[in-house]
Amino acid sequence: MVTKGKLEMEKMVVVEGSYAVAHAVKVCRPNVISAYPITPQTHIVEGLSQFIADGEIQNCEYINVESEFSALSALVGSSAVGARCYSATTSQGLELMHEVLFNVSGMRMPIVMTVVNRAVSAPINIWNDHQDAISQRDTGWIQLYAEDLQEAADMTAQAFKIAEDEEVLMPVMVCMDGFILSHVYEPVVLLEQELTDEYLPTYKPLNILDPKKPMSFGTLADPNYYTEFRYLQQKAMENALKKIEDAANEFYDMFGRYYGGLTDKYQTGDADIILVAMGSIVGTIKDTIDKLRQKGVKVGLLKVRSFRPFPAEAIKEAIKDAKVVAVLDKNISLGLNEGALFTEIKSCLYNTENRVPVVGYMIGHGGRDIRMSTIENIISEAQEVMESGIRKESQFTDVREEIL
Amino acid sequence: MKITTGGVCEPGTSLTNKTGGWRTFKPVYDYDKCIKCKLCELLCPDMAVLPREDGYFQFDYDYCKGCGICANECPKAAINMVLEEK
Repeated sequence: MVTKGKLEMEKMVVVEGSYAVAHAVKVCRPNVISAYPITPQTHIVEGLSQFIADGEIQNCEYINVESEFSALSALVGSSAVGARCYSATTSQGLELMHEVLFNVSGMRMPIVMTVVNRAVSAPINIWNDHQDAISQRDTGWIQLYAEDLQEAADMTAQAFKIAEDEEVLMPVMVCMDGFILSHVYEPVVLLEQELTDEYLPTYKPLNILDPKKPMSFGTLADPNYYTEFRYLQQKAMENALKKIEDAANEFYDMFGRYYGGLTDKYQTGDADIILVAMGSIVGTIKDTIDKLRQKGVKVGLLKVRSFRPFPAEAIKEAIKDAKVVAVLDKNISLGLNEGALFTEIKSCLYNTENRVPVVGYMIGHGGRDIRMSTIENIISEAQEVMESGIRKESQFTDVREEIL
Repeated sequence: MKITTGGVCEPGTSLTNKTGGWRTFKPVYDYDKCIKCKLCELLCPDMAVLPREDGYFQFDYDYCKGCGICANECPKAAINMVLEEK
């Protein structure tokens, strides 16, 4: 995180990550919240329902539902009448929303949803990885990944700004790692109401569902029209590339905190080895880089904040002088044996002059601890790739062979 | 018709989608047999049976999909399904 001037220590309070996010949602003045509790997301919606019960969020309806499918469906109706809408979920809950996710995006509803990333069943596992959100990659939602509590909170306000921009009008998932961020207590600056009001103007919908002026929402598009709707969604994603940068810059000007736009770089200037990752693992990688830099290892980090839209140009630019790129994924495409970020980074380089070797590591599945020693191993393997080429293109990390 | 963001549109735009083009067989009245019972009008799922001033009916071929329900249900077999030739 880059701050303008000094971090405002006197403004900092020690809160749980879920509280920081719930508070950020509160100051964004949502009109409708609908969510179904599921670990590790529960504390966020608990916090929000408490705020509403205490009268701290004016002009806001909390809709209780019987499932995640209904939670998001309720927001489709609410967004259609012009409400600023919020939900939060994770894992199986997100997968249950799958069908509605496409509808929200296709109907161009700027709903913001926190995805507290968790592994998917079976086997049942409530701990963190990115399989839930990554599996929803092609539903037409913008996906942003936060590194720490402060970023998860700040990103929530940025998400509404990006989503509601009339050149975008796409829903946004703010992804934060389950437990590692949602349940950790850390000093954060809670978003100030006045600043947030200035940063985030009132949502002005293009069309609203109103009996006085009837309009049809969610209509049919036959083969003569459907292609063009998909084309426009893609264009909106492309517009979002700039808007994500703008939202981060404007946030910095107003609040004084910055975490990168589409991506962020750490020690990449002279780096031979560049690691690429998303989410809270970024902190562990930075610590490992600090340690290895003291020993003279030229290693840096490219943090990807926006997975959708995929920031291909920013990534190509950031790794253009690297001698090896190692991508760390908390997910796997089964049957391909690759994580999604690795596959996509490789693919965006294919038609370019840059022949840098790219290797992939699938790591931290189902909440497996990622230690600095693991990152060091990956870096030392990357050094071997630099010297003698790729032996294993993509692999699992820390597999316990003894229990197989 | 230009498309709009998210496909939001004025009501009634389904009229521009002339589903008559889906038809393979078209219904044709034999007015000598018709007893003006209105079953065809009542049962048509596409409101493609239009009343005439003389009490008989005619088909709206812009929207009739040729499903044949009217011909099947007509108590006097006054509707024939004829292969559509264009």
